[in-house]
Amino acid sequence: MQQFCEQLLNGLNLGSVYALIALGYTMVYGIAKMLNFAHGDIIMVGAYTLLLSSTRFGLPWYLAVLLCAVVCCVLGVSIEKIAYKPLRNASPLTVLITAIGVSYFLQSSALLIFGSNKQKVDSLIKIKGFTVNGINVSGESIVTLSVTIVIMILLTLFIKKTKMGKAMLAVSEDKGAAQLMGVNVNATISLTFAIGSALAAVAGILYMSSYGFVGPYTGSLPGIKAFVAAVLGGIGSIPGAMLGGILLGIIESMAKTYISTDLADAIVFGILIVVLLFRPTGLLGKKRIEKV
Amino acid sequence: MLTVENLKVYYGMINAIKDVSFRVEQGEVIALIGANGAGKTTILHTITGLVPAKSGSITFKGINLLKTPAHKIVGMGMAHVPEGRRIFQELTVYENLMLGAYTRKDKKAISDTLAKIYKRFPRLEERKTQIAGTLSGGEQQMLAMGRALMSKPSIILMDEPSMGLSPLYVNEIFDIIREISKSGTTILLVEQNAKKALSIADRAYVLETGNIVLDGDAKELMNDDKVKKAYLGE
Repeated sequence: MQQFCEQLLNGLNLGSVYALIALGYTMVYGIAKMLNFAHGDIIMVGAYTLLLSSTRFGLPWYLAVLLCAVVCCVLGVSIEKIAYKPLRNASPLTVLITAIGVSYFLQSSALLIFGSNKQKVDSLIKIKGFTVNGINVSGESIVTLSVTIVIMILLTLFIKKTKMGKAMLAVSEDKGAAQLMGVNVNATISLTFAIGSALAAVAGILYMSSYGFVGPYTGSLPGIKAFVAAVLGGIGSIPGAMLGGILLGIIESMAKTYISTDLADAIVFGILIVVLLFRPTGLLGKKRIEKV
Repeated sequence: MLTVENLKVYYGMINAIKDVSFRVEQGEVIALIGANGAGKTTILHTITGLVPAKSGSITFKGINLLKTPAHKIVGMGMAHVPEGRRIFQELTVYENLMLGAYTRKDKKAISDTLAKIYKRFPRLEERKTQIAGTLSGGEQQMLAMGRALMSKPSIILMDEPSMGLSPLYVNEIFDIIREISKSGTTILLVEQNAKKALSIADRAYVLETGNIVLDGDAKELMNDDKVKKAYLGE
């Protein structure tokens, strides 16, 4: 029981990171109808920013977090402007290939600048954990879970309650009609990339606090898994990304403990295949009825 | 108020609008009629910036719309009720209406307009918290019109408002268009239902494969032999 609870906590911890990344995938998909495969690498850039600002130059944690968010936002928005915007009317395949290209570009740039060796990043989380009924709750878990919950609440409020959030929903449903309402579609897309990238920065920081090492390919596996989480939850659906991320983290953590560490990833991807067989739109994805 | 001159529009290699000129004066109801594929919708889409023009000019209140970003046009007083209504299916009726007022800032004035729209379309008020995708076709058309009116436009472009509606709803929608016109809003109406359109229009233009082939007083066009034969089914 004690082990189960600790693993559940671990799973929630990992799942929170997946969920934060998955939100970026799903929001960008919802608005721009594209899979931004470079999204995972934003995490890596965030992690390197953390390495330089906090571990190397010793900036206080809040400045380091702010810097990571800003760097990732600027990077995400620039990628959209330079690489994706000119392809707004191109075929989805062209955009997909471009996104993969951007991903390799970011990884190779990191390789060139920082080398291939993984480097140690000090955790920003200094809070001590505690023990209840023999179950260890680490400081990392406390911070990761609370940060994720706060972000999810804020994001939901932003989308449901603000004018800009409504504009985002409108653009994701019908760009043309949104434009007729006076919504600046390009600005809305930029905003979406900015929010998604800031979430990736936070995810990167949290990921580093648990794993502690950054290399040029650090972002790719969590990126792919978060993509799986987004699809599992129903790509385009914000609650879906949250649910998918959390579920995936728990499944992965349980599989590692009770089945096999080596098989954990295979199980994660296997579950995706099974879910998609029965619910092609994902758990919370809606089938969109096209009315003429 | 709105002048379109020598407009040419291409979709790739296809010349959809060949050479179209027309004007809409303040307070008028202008009908653009024509068969499927004549280019009616394309003209409206070009006016509000959803489709780029190849050449020609579109002037609204003295400003060249072809050089205006699409999202700025509604703020100039031009609303567009698009073909197929294109309401936001996943949002509520209220949220749809509020998006109609997206470019307006004055909260008090917006709620006044909303009250007026609820008065004109009581059914929208009854269903304000309902998801728009669950409305009937006629109700969705009313929502699309209400949404356009939320921007307090001086001109409304309406694209096939009667499409897919039962005859009862068609009459209701045309009554509403007449009312909107009476309240001082200029209307540019695109319709396949030529009889209905001509019955409420002041003037009309007849479009055939990207060209205007006939224009004039709506009542006169109604009695024109060619129009009768081709569009009124007489």
